[in-house]
Amino acid sequence: MSNTRYSKVFRDLAERREGAFVPFTVLGDPDPEASLEILRAFARGGADMVELGIPFSDPVADGPVIQAADLRARAAGVTPDVALGIIKRFRDEYPEMPIGLLLYANLIHKPGLSTFYRDLAAAGVDSVLIPDVPLEESAPFKKAADANGVDTVFMATPSTTPERLGRIVKQGGAYLYTVSRVGVTGQDSSLSDSAAPLIKKIRRIAKVPILLGFGISKPDQVRAALTAGADGAICGSAVVNIIAEHVEDWGCRGGDAESVKRLCVAIKNFVTSMKRKTIV
Amino acid sequence: MRGRGRFGEYGGFYVPEILMPALEELEAAYLDAKRDPEFKRELKRLLTEYAGRPTSLTLCENLSRKLGWPIVLKREDLVHGGAHKTNQVLGQALLAKRMGKRRLIAETGAGQHGVATAMMGALFNLPTDIYMGGLDAERQSLNVFRMRLMGANVIPVQSGSRTLKDAINEALRDWATNVADTHYLLGTVCGPHPYPRMVGEFQRVIGREARRQFRRYGAAPRAVVACVGGGSNAIGLFKDFLPTSAEIHGIEAGGRGIASGEHGATISTGSPGILHGARSYLLQDEHGQITETHSVSAGLDYPGVGPEHSALRDSGRATYWSVTDDEALAAFKLLSETEGIVPALESSHALAGAVKLARRYARREKLRKAEWRSRIEDAILVGLSGRGDKDMETARGCFPELG
Repeated sequence: MSNTRYSKVFRDLAERREGAFVPFTVLGDPDPEASLEILRAFARGGADMVELGIPFSDPVADGPVIQAADLRARAAGVTPDVALGIIKRFRDEYPEMPIGLLLYANLIHKPGLSTFYRDLAAAGVDSVLIPDVPLEESAPFKKAADANGVDTVFMATPSTTPERLGRIVKQGGAYLYTVSRVGVTGQDSSLSDSAAPLIKKIRRIAKVPILLGFGISKPDQVRAALTAGADGAICGSAVVNIIAEHVEDWGCRGGDAESVKRLCVAIKNFVTSMKRKTIV
Repeated sequence: MRGRGRFGEYGGFYVPEILMPALEELEAAYLDAKRDPEFKRELKRLLTEYAGRPTSLTLCENLSRKLGWPIVLKREDLVHGGAHKTNQVLGQALLAKRMGKRRLIAETGAGQHGVATAMMGALFNLPTDIYMGGLDAERQSLNVFRMRLMGANVIPVQSGSRTLKDAINEALRDWATNVADTHYLLGTVCGPHPYPRMVGEFQRVIGREARRQFRRYGAAPRAVVACVGGGSNAIGLFKDFLPTSAEIHGIEAGGRGIASGEHGATISTGSPGILHGARSYLLQDEHGQITETHSVSAGLDYPGVGPEHSALRDSGRATYWSVTDDEALAAFKLLSETEGIVPALESSHALAGAVKLARRYARREKLRKAEWRSRIEDAILVGLSGRGDKDMETARGCFPELG
């Protein structure tokens, strides 16, 4: 199983008594070449694993920051094929890094489930989370994923009932994407109070690694996530916001090599500052 | 969830996990209410006293003479609010009250569903936020004013194509954020289970009345015709005619013509996909990105369609085809001139479809125009889903010769 990359990293982190820091970006934002540079900056900054999105026209689970990233990437001509091409190159350079994909159902449905998961596996993807496919609709997706050695990741939220939670964790998965508040992706000023009780609830019924996401944008929130009992933190909108700010400065002339370099230094420093808080 | 929400291979509930408990709660409340005589009594009372049902079935003598085939209209334009939308918002508002929700949100395209939801906000004294595409809010500014007049807050959505699909995205995001105390009053037979079935059942009053009323002419019409955007007025009209011999025609927005690529003809030109909670026909590109649509009528400017229509299409029981903006506008003018009834631009699509069918039937049967009345039992029944008052500004731009 390809989730051995995940289990190895989680095992190593546990030995070092560290949490995982997982940055997210939309593949191809702001353009395919710069995007690959950003992934490298993730790795150099100390990311333990990465979570990557494929741009979609109607990302209903995402707030304005990631919606804008989807638009930038699509405007740069990023199709799922281009996105997988970026992953493939990153995978060649970082053969041990767990790569999770976050994408909407229609992008998988259109080419056909078995074709798409086969291509994902070939590109080196370890796991897939589909935000608009809840447990009840997941069987055909999971079947195609399993057949290609790709892990299916599910979500747990504060509104998930205990009964649903039980069924969700039974599905296994490399980790459980746990959302500590209601709503869509975005940046909050502090970690939601519902994180700790939710994590406790999950811990009581399963041993699955828990990554906390949605709203985590500052180093102290990473520490708070671990204190609440999570195995790591996922950070999307804050990363993407750094990209947005730089791209705005570039204006219509686009990013030359120097500007992309400056962006990647900012990304790397941010990842390092977040990762540092996972080390006790 | 007790049901799977499937219509053949379509439907389902493709939503973020965060919304699943709310859908389960809604399904339970709906199933419970359906069996509750008190709920049924209250809904019936509101449909009669507030909405003004039953609506008339109108035989269009002048139009029938002109086309050479009888045309009968089911007059949802006479429902309070000006369109069929009122039928189902009453049902959902009662459910919201039953579930103890304290706030309503809705999406709107042409503004008719927004107006209907704003009516519910006022009637049931619930704060109401309406998401409306920025482009739609501009071209339907009178409806924006109507909603605000009734106390609703209208939020123009400036993302994507700034039309109905983007308004739905934004409403779903709001719902995910405020799911505990907010009811999402979805406006059509799209979206995740239980919406398509629930909204369809609430709209079924249209066809139930029409079928009973049509008995004055015959057993069943030759054809039943309705416009299809999301498809709620069409499902509501079609359902009770499915077991009859009537042909079922769903008319989609052909926009500037199918070849132009600027249209909203989802079933006639699209392919199955997953959007806004359901598997159904979609307008999408080769990669599964949703494509932008165009229609002169904001209510049909949507790249998806209710899953039950997809199933009806595949089974062959219903036929879906499109008429262009120009054909719809011609029908809009035709009904206004011949009958003194100004239809909504959405409903004008159904009417344009009916005009084509009427000419085809008359030609096939070599019927002289004056003899139209001899085929009264084979009339074409058109769902006149709404009135055209909201479209005056658009229409004025299209008919400059009228001043």
